[in-house]
Amino acid sequence: MAILKIRNLTVRFATSTGSFTAVDGIDTEVDRGEVLAIVGESGSGKSVSMLAVMGLLPDTATITADEMSYDGHDLLKMTKAERRQLIGREITMIFQEPIASLNPSFTVGFQIEEVLRLNLGLSRRDARARALELFKQVGIPSPEEKLGAYPHQMSGGQCQRVMIAMAIASKPRLLIADEPTTALDVTIQKQILDLLMSLQEEYGMALIMITHDMGVVAETADRVVVQYKGRKMEEADVLSLFEAPQHPYTRALLAALPENATGDRLPTVSDFFAEGAQ
Amino acid sequence: MTVVLEGRNITQDYHVSGGLFGGAKTVRAVKGINFSVEKGKTLAIVGESGSGKSTLARIIALIDAPSGGDLLIGSEKVDISQKRPGPEMRSRVQMVFQNPYGSLNPRQKIGSVLTEPLLINKPEISAEERRSLAEAMLVKVGLGPEHYNRYPHMFSGGQRQRIAIARALMLNPSLLVLDEPVSALDLSVQAQVLNLLADLQEEFGLTYVFVSHDLSVVRYIADDVMVISQGEAVEQGTREAVFANPTHPYTRQLFAATPVTDVEAIRARVAKRQAARAAV
Repeated sequence: MAILKIRNLTVRFATSTGSFTAVDGIDTEVDRGEVLAIVGESGSGKSVSMLAVMGLLPDTATITADEMSYDGHDLLKMTKAERRQLIGREITMIFQEPIASLNPSFTVGFQIEEVLRLNLGLSRRDARARALELFKQVGIPSPEEKLGAYPHQMSGGQCQRVMIAMAIASKPRLLIADEPTTALDVTIQKQILDLLMSLQEEYGMALIMITHDMGVVAETADRVVVQYKGRKMEEADVLSLFEAPQHPYTRALLAALPENATGDRLPTVSDFFAEGAQ
Repeated sequence: MTVVLEGRNITQDYHVSGGLFGGAKTVRAVKGINFSVEKGKTLAIVGESGSGKSTLARIIALIDAPSGGDLLIGSEKVDISQKRPGPEMRSRVQMVFQNPYGSLNPRQKIGSVLTEPLLINKPEISAEERRSLAEAMLVKVGLGPEHYNRYPHMFSGGQRQRIAIARALMLNPSLLVLDEPVSALDLSVQAQVLNLLADLQEEFGLTYVFVSHDLSVVRYIADDVMVISQGEAVEQGTREAVFANPTHPYTRQLFAATPVTDVEAIRARVAKRQAARAAV
């Protein structure tokens, strides 16, 4: 049963040199409790399509779609107030730069309690207790102390844990993670991915993982969508995608992984598109 | 083989003032590291952020003076805290930085980016010759002479990194220090830049010191590997030895954390997940 359904989504940006199409007719569906990875390089429109779902795009963006619905609710016809009931509660998002996503002037405890008070209507005292509980759940060391810490006093991995704590505070049914580990070291990346996957299983929430890293896809996804220049190139379950990639672009991405290098040279995307054109 | 670069017991201390009330502290970022690199080879320095790998790279690139130990370039002992390196020494060691968006001046045309090292270090070269050298270098790194008069914002990340590499090569260095040169790039662009680096190494007999946190890149490009953790070299050896048989626990931890894209591993993970779901 699909929790998020997108049909023929197009996002255009008005620029000084005319209109630029960032997302060009994308169809996506995410089932309840499913982990969907959207893979693509910069400029593939992978973030933009999800920002459109969240309603976070600037006014210069024109969004058109045949359908964009969450759990039967039409996101396109929704008023801002109605959307606010969903966003931040049922659908939450975490971003690439955890340190930049937090306000440097307030303690992380204040910021997570603010989320709990505004979105869940908790009292100050309840918010405090819940924040502490969440910090423990996402594995922040000495959580009581850390509630009083400012973002700059924490490492990138810890800040991402704070972001995750905020995102799961309302027990969302859909979590969108936009490159959640790109700015982190590989050992920290492993911890954060493990945390996200265990939370996903515990809450049974759907998880959309936006990434450019095939390694992250291999470690997390059930199903994969490959995007290139705003278009969907291929969609498959994770095993078929790695075992038998259909589209030349997917094959190119996999071949460009240094660990798959067979000869002296790494093949590049253009090699594969030349092959696809023949 | 001739040794191009050697470090003997290199240390680096940073003095941190404790602010208004605390006392000043000394942080030892690099704790006595030894290494040597032969001509035409690539030494990869692997570590996490805060491990001291970039500090070491800056010492090797003659940007910072180490607090202790000896640095030998060629067989010559270099101590930049005693004597400023001259044009000849500067020409021998060049550096490419991680972020090609930050390492190029947005108001400087590409031509000026490339000719500036010549202007400073080899003033005897005429303007005309400088231009032709720069244009030839643009072709070498896969760009064209028509890019000479353009500004950095007109290029993509991969092209900018090519420009940064071209700038580093203008003085015909023997040693190139590459600090995470591909970690800001997309996968397919990363492949192109790694190919370019391999080609240039062969053509000019370059020696690379390649700083990275990405083990799959290191496995592809390195001859020798040095793993750094908290300022100490915890593992050193040839690529084959380190990858086949990592001895230090930290290296093993690093390997375990690296995502695997192997089909069998994915099959196992998918099966495990399905079993977990069926059990609910």
